[in-house]
Amino acid sequence: MIVAEQKPFAEIAGFVADCNKILVAGCLGCVAVCLAGGEKETEILAAALRMHRRLQGKPLETVTYTATRQCDPEYVDAMADLVKDVDAVVSLACGVGVQYLAERYRDKWVVPALNTRFVGGSVAQGVWEERCGLCGECILHKTGGICPIIRCSKSLLNGPCGGSQYGKCEISKDVPCAWQLIYDRMKALGKLEWLLEYQPPKDWSKSRDGGPRKAVREDATI
Amino acid sequence: MNLTTESRLEKLLKRGEFVVTAEIGPPQHASAHEIIHHARMLKDYVDATNITDCQTAVVRLSSFAAAVHILREGLEPIMQMTCRDRNRIAMQADLLGAYSLGIRNLLCLTGDHQSFGNHPTAKNVHDLDSIQLINMVKRMRDDKVFACGEPIKEHEPRFFIGAAANPFADPFEFRVLRLEKKINAGAQFIQTQIIFDLERFSRFMEMAVERGLHERAYILAGLLPLKSIGAARYMQKNVPGMIVPEEVIQRLRKAKDEGKDVAEEGVDMCVEFINEVRKIKGVAGVHIMAIAWEEIVPTIVQKAGLYPRPKAD
Repeated sequence: MIVAEQKPFAEIAGFVADCNKILVAGCLGCVAVCLAGGEKETEILAAALRMHRRLQGKPLETVTYTATRQCDPEYVDAMADLVKDVDAVVSLACGVGVQYLAERYRDKWVVPALNTRFVGGSVAQGVWEERCGLCGECILHKTGGICPIIRCSKSLLNGPCGGSQYGKCEISKDVPCAWQLIYDRMKALGKLEWLLEYQPPKDWSKSRDGGPRKAVREDATI
Repeated sequence: MNLTTESRLEKLLKRGEFVVTAEIGPPQHASAHEIIHHARMLKDYVDATNITDCQTAVVRLSSFAAAVHILREGLEPIMQMTCRDRNRIAMQADLLGAYSLGIRNLLCLTGDHQSFGNHPTAKNVHDLDSIQLINMVKRMRDDKVFACGEPIKEHEPRFFIGAAANPFADPFEFRVLRLEKKINAGAQFIQTQIIFDLERFSRFMEMAVERGLHERAYILAGLLPLKSIGAARYMQKNVPGMIVPEEVIQRLRKAKDEGKDVAEEGVDMCVEFINEVRKIKGVAGVHIMAIAWEEIVPTIVQKAGLYPRPKAD
């Protein structure tokens, strides 16, 4: 899933400092799962903004709505009546949701309440970690199910750099070396010979370097 | 002699000379004054000198330009190139340019992470990794093609290709295999991480020799003269991929307690290490990394009995 975190409150309050009425829009997708932009977070943010403005002597009216998904035009359309008479929309979705709102409601000031961090999963209650670099050409079958593109701080494809020591990455003693993990797993699986094979330069055009990507499923289009 | 390049370093290694290389770290300003000063000082004492490429991710005068400066002083440069700051387009452009200016040796490196340096918020590139870089340089030379496969119609760059090996990083058992991968990709000479743990280095070399790697590439042992107890302790605790055994530090401490000059003791230790690694099968030379202490190199070379240096012709 996409993992996001709420921006500092002061930053969000600053985005809507000139507004009298805003829509605070949450999302029930990934950001609800990572406790950043679901229904509860949406209500809390709206209340905090109202309180902050009341204390400033400049009351703010808020409307709240939590969409099933902000990355789907159908659910974005459903907010039309609420968007109509507000000065701004504060979206608690990931960057995709914010853009979907901005595209749909062109005359509205749409601002992000979250920083979209990464694609990952939960590793403990309240802790999430990055797992996929969205490179567009998966190589996990070659690396024991551990992604060196995103979990190695240098995205190395041919093994660990000289900074890997005691199982940790050179950037921090808190970060496991992805290549140590890969080595250990491939060894346990009896597939070390896979790591001796030279991996040629990656085709980064399939990643973000090729410009915005598009996926088309012919069988699903109308 | 069947040489692949015009590199003087290659010629000496091929002839079986025990070579000595050193390292010059370019300055954080736009004058070549110190580089030239160091080049003149080292010229007669080493066979070639590495020029670091923004080491520890700190912005410095480029390795490319610094290499040209020392070349003008008559010292052969080993230009270091990391994968951190350039993509394959910029790398190949620099390779063509460097070769056109007379640079013949290249050391291909991954590069320290930018978080160590003075621009921790920079974007890192890592379009290629060091092994892919090695292979690209080899293909440019031997197959006369760019990384994309298009032919280099004429005047291909012909570099003597180097790589690093770190026997002190983990996983230890993979280190020799990674060295082999580098040699398979095209590495012709290897410079190791700084050695303080001779036992581990010996084990590494045994494994390398067992796989015949010493016959496929020239392995130069990396050494560093310790200038102070603080520097040794810092490396022991804070430099990833280094092992500084406690007895090394104790020896410096003892020297200090006995009223001796710690730096002098560091030099003596470095000379002893040179003598030790010379005995290890498969070691073709030494690479002396006197970081920010370039002026000590002539003393070390002399004390190790490696002066005068052989003539290439």
